Amino acid sequence: MEAQGKVFRYGNNVDTDVIIPARYLNTSDAKELAKHCMEDIDETFVTRVQKGDMIVAGKNFGCGSSREHAPLVIKTSGVSCVIAQTFARIFYRNAINIGLPILECAEAVEHIEEGDIVKVDFNTGKITNVTKNETYMAQPFPEFMQKIIQSNGLVNYIKTKK
Amino acid sequence: MGMTMTQKILAQHAGLHEVKAGQLIEANLDLVLGNDVTTPVAINEFQKIGFKEVFDQEKVVIVPDHFAPNKDIKAAEQCKKIREFAREKQIKNYFEVGQMGIEHALLPEKGLVVAGNAVIGADSHTCTYGALGAFATGVGSTDMAAAMATGKAWFKVPSGIKFVLKNRLQGYASGKDVILHIIGMIGVDGALYKSMEFVGEGVASLSMDARFTIANMAIEAGAKNGIFPVDDKTIEYMEKHSKKEYQIFTADEDAIYDEVYEIDLAKIRPTVAFPHLPENTKTIDEIKEKEIKIDQVVIGSCTNGRMEDLRIAHDIIKGHHVHPDVRVIILPGTQKIYLQAIAEGIIQDLVEAGCAVSTPTCGPCLGGHMGILAKGERAVSTTNRNFVGRMGHTESEVYLASPAVAAASSLTGYITNPEKLEVK
Repeated sequence: MEAQGKVFRYGNNVDTDVIIPARYLNTSDAKELAKHCMEDIDETFVTRVQKGDMIVAGKNFGCGSSREHAPLVIKTSGVSCVIAQTFARIFYRNAINIGLPILECAEAVEHIEEGDIVKVDFNTGKITNVTKNETYMAQPFPEFMQKIIQSNGLVNYIKTKK
Repeated sequence: MGMTMTQKILAQHAGLHEVKAGQLIEANLDLVLGNDVTTPVAINEFQKIGFKEVFDQEKVVIVPDHFAPNKDIKAAEQCKKIREFAREKQIKNYFEVGQMGIEHALLPEKGLVVAGNAVIGADSHTCTYGALGAFATGVGSTDMAAAMATGKAWFKVPSGIKFVLKNRLQGYASGKDVILHIIGMIGVDGALYKSMEFVGEGVASLSMDARFTIANMAIEAGAKNGIFPVDDKTIEYMEKHSKKEYQIFTADEDAIYDEVYEIDLAKIRPTVAFPHLPENTKTIDEIKEKEIKIDQVVIGSCTNGRMEDLRIAHDIIKGHHVHPDVRVIILPGTQKIYLQAIAEGIIQDLVEAGCAVSTPTCGPCLGGHMGILAKGERAVSTTNRNFVGRMGHTESEVYLASPAVAAASSLTGYITNPEKLEVK
């Protein structure tokens, strides 16, 4: 499984309140919610994002609330992968559970800049910066999590076990 | 090899003699919680799984507290969805408006969580119940859905950070100041993926309400959970509130911790977290008189909406009038707390002082309703997060503080040290 896209670059501690402000959480409709993705940190994100694009950010991405709406709006916006130095733990769980690919890679975060074209090979964890002609290696997921991701989320994984 | 208190609870719930940090386990759960924001998404996922019934009608708890009483039509639809689900699945612990409180104040009070339990909640502040010596952690809606169906959840066993508390708090310093101090010290990702275990002779001097506040904000340091040992105060609290059987776990003497910090409670000062991260802390002594002018004060939330919090605020505010430029909003955590505050004359005094007292709701804490900030406005709040836009406009500001600092500030219109309060 591979993905390629243009990078939106953010800093440390991108919290769930800026990913999807709570004032919009009076609905669980993913498409409706996705209209406000990243609104409080980057008002133009929703007008610029295209299918396959990636988010690259610093440490503790997705900190704060447990709202699954956060990875859900990112996925619904067409983002193919989030690469960060570290993820907040509930966001990490939620992303895996809903099938949004995420990777932890400090080296990639250090070198990738806004607008770079990046390619990710999820099977190997290899991240290629096409713009800069560089490669970085992310930590692969533990086997158990790979199974959930391969099932396209926890719900499907449980169904297969049922 | 020794296990931490958290690891021991997880091992037992996974049916294992021993677990190690980093190990992936599947644990049986004693309780699964959701609210009106996270449960609608969980219901969608629950239906996708194709299970007809929840795993145990006694062990699922649903509390409409975030946008309830319904703030608008969309919120009303969400609350309706969870209400109908609760009826259809015969979920015993669904708490309707009028009985509900802010979930993390409500569940311990209703005796639904006791020591030794493993609890997940689709709300990040589920870690509050660590105050009771339970393993409790926040998860997302899909985890809630899977847990409602199966009664299980997957966990990566966390390593631990030990906080050894010594001596006792002085003056107006409170549990809120302890946890703000710790977050300021280790940062908002200082305990990422880890347990925060609070131990030491200083624990005995902390009230249960203070312990709930401290455990509540473990997530603000990135932690998986925060946990306190079970002592006489915990047992007294559980025996008063619950009929459930509890189980006392203690960390092994040779348990391995990634880090150990000693916290001298006697040196903790009233502490304020400046925008826009809970780690941006300053002690009250570092803030000049009339440095930070405020427009609103919020006293409440799952962090500080308990009886002790209201009593402290009342002691400071009673007999005075709040500053004419400040809107003071008080949110008792539960109906029981509200009634107790009425019985003690607290509500009467606060209303006479010019405070607005609300039925329990998360409301303004997450910028939902009941006190949203306009552009450029500032609030001192006893809540737990001060991210950009958390309580309203992206150019508004939230300063996190204890009930004592919030109450003192409500009288002066500036962030104020309650020790130095001079009012006419």
